Amino acid sequence: MKTELLKLLSNNARYSDRQLADMLGTDEQTIAEEIKSLQKQGVICGYKAVIDWDSVENQSVSAIIEIKVVPQAGLGFEEVAERISSFREVESVYLMSGGYDLNVVVRGKTLQEVAQFVARELATIDSVTSTATHFVMRRYKELDVKLFEGEKDNRGNILL
Amino acid sequence: MIDYSRVLNKNVSEIKPSGIRKFFDIAATMEDVISLGVGEPDFQTPWAIRKAGIMSLEKGKTKYTSNRGIEKLREEISSYIDRKQNIEYDPENEILLTVGGSEAIDVAVRAIVGEGDEVIIPQPSYVCYEPISVLAGGKPIIIETKAENDFKITPDELKAAITSKTKVLILPYPCNPTGAVMEQSDLEKIADVLKNTDIIVISDEIYSELTFTPNGHISITQIDGMRERTVLVSGFSKAFSMTGWRLGFACGPHEIIAQMTKIHQFAIMCAPTTAQYAAVEALKNCEEAVADMKSEYNRRRRLMVAGFNRIGLTCREPLGAFYTFPSIKSTGLSSDDFCERLLESERVALVPGTAFGKGGEGFVRASYCYSTEHIIEALSRIEEFLKTL
Repeated sequence: MKTELLKLLSNNARYSDRQLADMLGTDEQTIAEEIKSLQKQGVICGYKAVIDWDSVENQSVSAIIEIKVVPQAGLGFEEVAERISSFREVESVYLMSGGYDLNVVVRGKTLQEVAQFVARELATIDSVTSTATHFVMRRYKELDVKLFEGEKDNRGNILL
Repeated sequence: MIDYSRVLNKNVSEIKPSGIRKFFDIAATMEDVISLGVGEPDFQTPWAIRKAGIMSLEKGKTKYTSNRGIEKLREEISSYIDRKQNIEYDPENEILLTVGGSEAIDVAVRAIVGEGDEVIIPQPSYVCYEPISVLAGGKPIIIETKAENDFKITPDELKAAITSKTKVLILPYPCNPTGAVMEQSDLEKIADVLKNTDIIVISDEIYSELTFTPNGHISITQIDGMRERTVLVSGFSKAFSMTGWRLGFACGPHEIIAQMTKIHQFAIMCAPTTAQYAAVEALKNCEEAVADMKSEYNRRRRLMVAGFNRIGLTCREPLGAFYTFPSIKSTGLSSDDFCERLLESERVALVPGTAFGKGGEGFVRASYCYSTEHIIEALSRIEEFLKTL
């Protein structure tokens, strides 16, 4: 049940315990306990809405930063990754295989703000040898959710 | 002026249009409706299947196929049925590809039923069996299955319906709209009644993949002595979300399939070529996609059954297909009135049980071919509607 429950919550975190219980063929209390335990174990790390910021007035910009790092003896990438993660402006940090080391998503109010953040806070870290900033121009899909109007259900209302 | 009523075939003109015309006309044109009224998967055809269709077009597979369908697909169907039901059909002469399961039912009935022959049809059930039997010159004999029997057909009901003129029993399980399935022991009892007769079963198993019992779908062809007196009908529409591809099939004794093939050959030529090539991929490589859709249907099914029971509409657990069939008797309304008023006041479209035969009175059909969010919204509107009664 654990995997099925997690799949359902990753699709829609706002299902009520009752709805989850109905779908999984169990009772509300079991669901409540399972969720509590998954939160405690750190499997469920948080709940957030998927927002199309482009459709909101106070717009913001985001960028993907490719960072090359000299790993430190004994610590590898941990220290620098954790340090970058601690910035409020940083949305996500991934250690990558391939041509660069850290993939960092940064969000800010304006292009300049993001550019300055990268220049002042990320590029200046000792073990960082280079950064490449790619601004996001348009989002089409975010966390499995399409941000454009897809095809409507054209099956009609009644079909026997 | 031509008097068309004298021109047209009475067998055709006397067939009632399906369902409740007035309600359907209103529902069809109304906008902003939260519908649970559609008997068609909401999933897209799995991409691998679509790609196989596209590839076949790129390779120029755009001609007629043999009347019975391409050999490769008949072989795949043979091994699929063997895998699922442990029954062997010879791809050479016991399998016919048709334009949807509907055509398979039509040609099976036409191959067996002649003027005055009787066709036993359990209802509530899908709407095509009665008119197809009438068009073949047959006489439909309706068995009204009962809610207290979980809408299964019982051996006593069957015995009472059989006469010397009975040619065919239609066995529509898993059942649209009731969601009923016939389990092994139910089928054995039906088989006992039929074994010493010449009655042929046309077993419409189009929903077989969507069976939610622990043992999964059991076909009547698996019961001793039944393979020789059964035409098994199925297709790709429901399990593989391929409704628009129009591809079904029939498996049966070659003596029957040969006659069906003749009708099919003269009326249709062959099933759609692109769909046939795509279907090979469906049977070879799409078991996982089918299983994923099935578990999604299962979650929705549980959500809907629990939802209806909670808001006060008694709903038996449907064990197959993708419909729930809750009772609306507690409201005191007829099925038609219930659906009309619900549509008007809350803009939710359900199908009155009476669309599937008189025995559907007191019930409505709600399909769960919709997202869970959609189902939750519809249920909450139905709950609001019930409060106003």
